[in-house]
Amino acid sequence: MLNDSLKQLAKRLAEKEVSSVELTTEFLKRINQLNPKYNAFITVDDEKSLEQARAADRKIAAGEAGPLTGIPVAQKDIFCTQGWLTTCGSKMLSNFVSPYDAGVIERFNAAGAVNVGKTNMDEFAMGSSNENSYYGPVKNPWGINAVPGGSSGGSACAVAARMAPAATGTDTGGSIRQPAAFCGISGIKPTYGTVSRYGMIAFASSLDQGGPMAKSAEDLALMLNVMTGFDARDSTSLQREAEDYTRDLEKPLLGLRIGLPKEYFAEGMHSDVEKAIEQALDEYRRLGAETLEVSLPNSPLSIPVYYVLAPAEASSNLSRFDGVRYGYRTEYYEDLRDMYRKTRGEGFGPEVKRRILIGTYVLSHGYYDAYYIQAQKVRRLIAQDFKQAFTQCDVIMGPTAPSVAFDLGEKSSDPVQMYLSDIYTSAASLAGLPGMSVPVGFGEKNRPVGLHIIGNYFSEASMLNAAHQYQQVTDWHQKMPGL
Amino acid sequence: MQWEIVIGLEVHAQLSTQSKIFSGASIAYGAMPNTQACLVDLALPGVLPVLNRGAVERAIKFGLAIGAKINSPSIFARKNYFYPDLPKGYQISQYELPIVEGGDIRIQMGETEKQIRLTRAHLEEDAGKSLHEDFHSMSGIDLNRAGTPLLEIVSEPDMRSSTEAVAYAKTLHSLVRWIGICDGNMQEGSFRCDANVSVRPRGSETLGTRCEIKNLNSFRFLEKAIEFEAERQIEILEDGGCVRQETRLFDANKGETRTMRSKEDANDYRYFPDPDLLPVEIASDWIAQLQKTLPELPQTRRARYVSEFGLSAYDASVLTGSRELSDYFEATVKLLPAQAKLCANWIMGEISARLNKTDMDVVACPVAPETLAVLLSRIDDGTISGKAAKTVFDSLWQGEMEQQVDAIIDAKGLKQITDDSAIEQQIDDVLAANTQLVTDFRSGKEKAFNALVGQVMKATKGKANPAQVNAMLKKRLSD
Repeated sequence: MLNDSLKQLAKRLAEKEVSSVELTTEFLKRINQLNPKYNAFITVDDEKSLEQARAADRKIAAGEAGPLTGIPVAQKDIFCTQGWLTTCGSKMLSNFVSPYDAGVIERFNAAGAVNVGKTNMDEFAMGSSNENSYYGPVKNPWGINAVPGGSSGGSACAVAARMAPAATGTDTGGSIRQPAAFCGISGIKPTYGTVSRYGMIAFASSLDQGGPMAKSAEDLALMLNVMTGFDARDSTSLQREAEDYTRDLEKPLLGLRIGLPKEYFAEGMHSDVEKAIEQALDEYRRLGAETLEVSLPNSPLSIPVYYVLAPAEASSNLSRFDGVRYGYRTEYYEDLRDMYRKTRGEGFGPEVKRRILIGTYVLSHGYYDAYYIQAQKVRRLIAQDFKQAFTQCDVIMGPTAPSVAFDLGEKSSDPVQMYLSDIYTSAASLAGLPGMSVPVGFGEKNRPVGLHIIGNYFSEASMLNAAHQYQQVTDWHQKMPGL
Repeated sequence: MQWEIVIGLEVHAQLSTQSKIFSGASIAYGAMPNTQACLVDLALPGVLPVLNRGAVERAIKFGLAIGAKINSPSIFARKNYFYPDLPKGYQISQYELPIVEGGDIRIQMGETEKQIRLTRAHLEEDAGKSLHEDFHSMSGIDLNRAGTPLLEIVSEPDMRSSTEAVAYAKTLHSLVRWIGICDGNMQEGSFRCDANVSVRPRGSETLGTRCEIKNLNSFRFLEKAIEFEAERQIEILEDGGCVRQETRLFDANKGETRTMRSKEDANDYRYFPDPDLLPVEIASDWIAQLQKTLPELPQTRRARYVSEFGLSAYDASVLTGSRELSDYFEATVKLLPAQAKLCANWIMGEISARLNKTDMDVVACPVAPETLAVLLSRIDDGTISGKAAKTVFDSLWQGEMEQQVDAIIDAKGLKQITDDSAIEQQIDDVLAANTQLVTDFRSGKEKAFNALVGQVMKATKGKANPAQVNAMLKKRLSD
């Protein structure tokens, strides 16, 4: 059952082969057994989960089940969840029990899914290795010394180690795709505005986007069907008709034009990654797709642009964590300034502080035009590159990350090296485009390699189709780490 | 040296929406602390702002009323600073591309009109309230006010005296109430003024260093604060010193301003476009539709009162001081169109004085415009004298005799004597009884004539028409 697809699990539930309570118990057992070693979850609450499972069983019995009813889903601890500790991986929110549900959580609840716990993450989603969590690093199931990627490292680990059949993540510059690649699972960040940001604790509002992480493209499609949809409480949420993301899964890929950006297939990509990517592209050609070279000339600027804009927004978004109304407050203080200084000094970790400082700096009087405005201009150029490329191709493919998962501690002392692991993913985020990662083999130390697929706006169904067809002829997505 | 005072005002008008500018919480005044603060107002993790259409609508109406440009798109920006009553650590306001740009307000200074140009008007949210008393060396925070929609209206430095500043503030105050976008309640903080004051040698073209005086919540404080501040700056300059640019607070008890923070201590607000809110696009047909809902504006009515009714510019501006007063005038004059001046005099005189004395609003005036019109028509047709009309008015104000004007006139016997022969009879008697006065008048003492008129009026118990008495007496004495 642990390796079952969502469809298979739904079938078992529908046929009463297993109840949601039994299924949930099974996964909770595995979480409680493996979590001490992998640290994928910050909060697990068996009783709360089982209560939802019992409700799901009643729904199933009443014949009101949907595709995800009764199925355990792990929730990234960035989504406010009523009655659950919601920490965002930070000491600052280490005592914050949310009084409300995020839009995404409401949708899973309405679908009858069972929340099996809140997953670990880089503090406030800032990081690419999950080493920035107040709750300690998550370990990669494919190698206990390897990072799982970040910031949705807990969710990626949970799915890879089969502690949950699927999980939610959020992606600001690669936070779904890079950990999915590092942990050998599938993950998609849909078009900006498709998944409600209401109740998703903000890092960089113009980039943040929720999305699913699961074993296969088909599972991602089922998850997206639940997660997406207009939410009037989020002004950036798009008013579009609901779509069925599974609708194109079975389409043949004959004639699919795959653009390969020459800037991505250049120096920087490790040879083990390159080998796996080339093999995957061969597979696509065998499936009837054609590949052609495209150019994204401004994409090398995406990391500097990202590291101006995301910290700028973050510096402001994180101002609300001041110890006044909720969350952590320092114990001893002289006056208001001292309370602010100590609360924020003690409540935030070093990477969060670094980005608040960068963001404050780039927004400061006299620097704003040179950094923030300039970065916004380049952001538009990056989006135009993609627009141009999509006149020539249907999807863009390349590596999700330049290397396989690196070792714990390997890059934690060098922020710029760490930032470069998002070099391929941040451009799509800046353009608001959908991007996904699918496992396509293994590189050094038997660590997974992810293929990055970028689609045009609202082309998630086509991207899932491309990934699904690949997964019909390969079994990388079914590989399970020996734990 | 002769000094010139230069004043610009920033006014925060609280918009009369039901709910807050970015959340659904109520903005009703006076609720228990923190009972009108929802998740969004509390800035919980993950919550997002959603713009209140009603606030945008009111801002557009204001822009239309002052002949300004309505920007589309208009952008919301974050103004970042830390304070406990600012829950998000930033205020959502507008910086570049405010919703309203330009326009002007015409103020009436005596018989002359002066144009005050507006720089801009932008939408923003109010902060909460910090309470420093009753908490034993701690502070209390009330977030009921946080997120209340405000329109910040910024003028150019076009005013040259505290009187002009007050006239501008009053005209603006009347306008926002007139078009129904703000209740104008100054005690509750619905209309707050900050004044930028500087002085310069008369004739100079360059502006002096200004000081901003915060939170002037009455017209009287506005006037006093500006006068004190200008005096203070002139003293510094005359002593050879330099005015420091700073923000000052007005101490109403002492009648003086004092330093709040200097320019050096000013925050770098790090404004940037709020990524949680999209640029606001305003469709031209929405603007056209709102234009249609605007009532006739005070400046239009002012001009009409002068051209249509022949009122003085000053009278026209007093009558359009508030929409309610103007509506009262309109309702009265509609029934008595030929006597607009009489209507105006009575409304600015008797009615206003009585309302002021009893601290009553014109909408609560016990004498309805229709009743007043009947009363004034009785003056007009000579039934009663102006003096007798005041007696009738007293009865009307008291609600006597079901406010039937004619019944009151009859009951009090106030009908004017207009019959020539009746007056002639009285004149005969008075002349016979006052030969000395007649002699005095004939020897050139004009005052004696007035005394004789007074005697005739007295003899008729004030019921004779004084003009008629005057004319008849003059004729008799010149015979």
